[in-house]
Amino acid sequence: MSERTVVIGSKVGLHLRPARLFVKAAKEQPVPVTIGRPGEEPVDAASMLLVVSIGAKYGDEVVLRAEGEGAEAALDALATVLATDQDAE
Amino acid sequence: MTAAEMTGIGVSPGVASAPAARLAPPPALPADTGPEADTGAALASATAALAAVAADLEARAERADGPAAEVLYAQAMIPEDPALADRIAQGLAEGRSAPHALAGAFDSFKASLEAAGGYLAERAADLDDLRDRAVAALLGLPMPGLPDPGHPYVLVARDLAPADTAALDPSTVVAVVTEQGGPTSHTAILAKSMGLPAVVACPDAAALADGVPVLVDGRTGLVAVDPGPERVRRALEGEARRTEALAGSRGPGRTADGHAVQLLVNLGSPADLDAAAAADSEGVGLFRTEFLFLDRETAPTVEEQTAAYAQVFAAFQGRKVVVRTLDAGADKPLAFADHGDEPNPALGVRGIRLARTAAGAALLDDQLAAIGAAATAGDADVWVMAPMVATQAEARAFAARCRDHGLDTAGTMIEVPAAALRAARILDDCDFASLGTNDLGQYALAADRMNGALADLLDPWQPALLDLVSLAAEAGRESGKPVGVCGEAASDPLLACVLVGLGVTSLSMAPSAIPAVRAELASRTLDECAVLAAEALHADDAAEARRRAAC
Repeated sequence: MSERTVVIGSKVGLHLRPARLFVKAAKEQPVPVTIGRPGEEPVDAASMLLVVSIGAKYGDEVVLRAEGEGAEAALDALATVLATDQDAE
Repeated sequence: MTAAEMTGIGVSPGVASAPAARLAPPPALPADTGPEADTGAALASATAALAAVAADLEARAERADGPAAEVLYAQAMIPEDPALADRIAQGLAEGRSAPHALAGAFDSFKASLEAAGGYLAERAADLDDLRDRAVAALLGLPMPGLPDPGHPYVLVARDLAPADTAALDPSTVVAVVTEQGGPTSHTAILAKSMGLPAVVACPDAAALADGVPVLVDGRTGLVAVDPGPERVRRALEGEARRTEALAGSRGPGRTADGHAVQLLVNLGSPADLDAAAAADSEGVGLFRTEFLFLDRETAPTVEEQTAAYAQVFAAFQGRKVVVRTLDAGADKPLAFADHGDEPNPALGVRGIRLARTAAGAALLDDQLAAIGAAATAGDADVWVMAPMVATQAEARAFAARCRDHGLDTAGTMIEVPAAALRAARILDDCDFASLGTNDLGQYALAADRMNGALADLLDPWQPALLDLVSLAAEAGRESGKPVGVCGEAASDPLLACVLVGLGVTSLSMAPSAIPAVRAELASRTLDECAVLAAEALHADDAAEARRRAAC
């Protein structure tokens, strides 16, 4: 099991556009990925409803986890999406 | 019959009149006939219904643009969400019929969003809309949606979902009135982006029947039922005059009798500098400096800050720039400052309170040194103020610190009720004060700014907030020191006149709001503004204050 701890980089937090871009990217990965707050039950990163219900705000930490071939690359890609301010453009 | 009036919150300015037409009601859920004989087939038909809704939303998103499209694209992902399919399968397995399993799945997510509060709770209504569309698709009913009476109409609804607002045709829909919603709801955001007059949070609108003529004023929040042609004509003419005055409005702010009121812009990031400097204003009334501090691992150096401030002062050469020192805290945390663990960040160590620690005081000294250096090098009239001042001692210490750095015009924000109540003493030690009405409202009414359910308490027309403004402005008048407003309230043209009537000496707002405020001010004398202010102060609540001022 690989994991990454990421700080949310979007000023609006993890909903609307930032959440959509993250979920879209998660669906494109070759392995299932979960996301959750540290120490809490993780949820399916490919579910917009579950990702949004985490309620992660700007500056919050979240943990991404995945297992299997391509897990490391998938986590790197998704961590970048989360750390970027997706609402800034 | 005499015209009945109802009031809500005006969220998108403009005046329009037409018969009311209500949004088509959602489909009724039939009795639960579960369990389904073939749960596999039932799940497949529910999934197909969801796919149809998603396809419909995507098609609408492609036709829309701007914020409307963004909201629709985000929504289009929900019907095909794997977690939703899981819950439908679970409902079917528990013996519910397909429509009930489908509706139940949406409702379970709605409950968790509502529990999250704030922004997410406002989004919960979106799930109701998606549920109704999916249920209609599953039952083979027409999709709930906009009415089509064959003539222009005022759209009346409990609340509008993004899918409804994005499909609005401005040539048919002339205005929008909703029973629910707040200033940050989709209805407000989208109506504003489409330039449609809109009134939200108008519970009386539930009584409006199809076909009844209504007159909507999206600036004042007033909805007149069966207004009659004469009143409609007058309202439209008034609006036309206002639009015309706007087009011709320029120069420093003045009342009709020549009383000067500085009109200033709010500036929050270097990206907005060109637009802010180009606006016809007397300077910057609120220069937020957080952009230099957030998003980084270490504090900016004095040199880096000096360069950033110098850029702003250069753009506003010969004009006034009021710099607000760092307003970071637990909701806008700094990577390089230890904010500790605060269960109640809005009431925690933010703003000037950071200076309580040696590290925070050093941050502030660096910032003041940089502002001082940039001010000396440039040719702007630089004023400096501290956020979140609550006591006279804090104000005095801040002013002394400013003077140590060669900054001679030092003031405080008044956003804590304690500071408004004791404004006279605070002004003893400062040169000016600036009312931050957003936070002052939040603290005076004890209502979290992030909680949409409390939008009515955060209304800048709340008489209690106006009382506090009045106290501060009075203290300014007695001491001869300027007291401005740099919150949301300053950008509402009518409220701006009330503030001036209370004694406020400057108004700072988004550059785009200035022309309307300037035009409204120019249409009234200072005495008339004082009468408006007295009317607003004597109201029982925000809606009445707005109504009394509008008449």
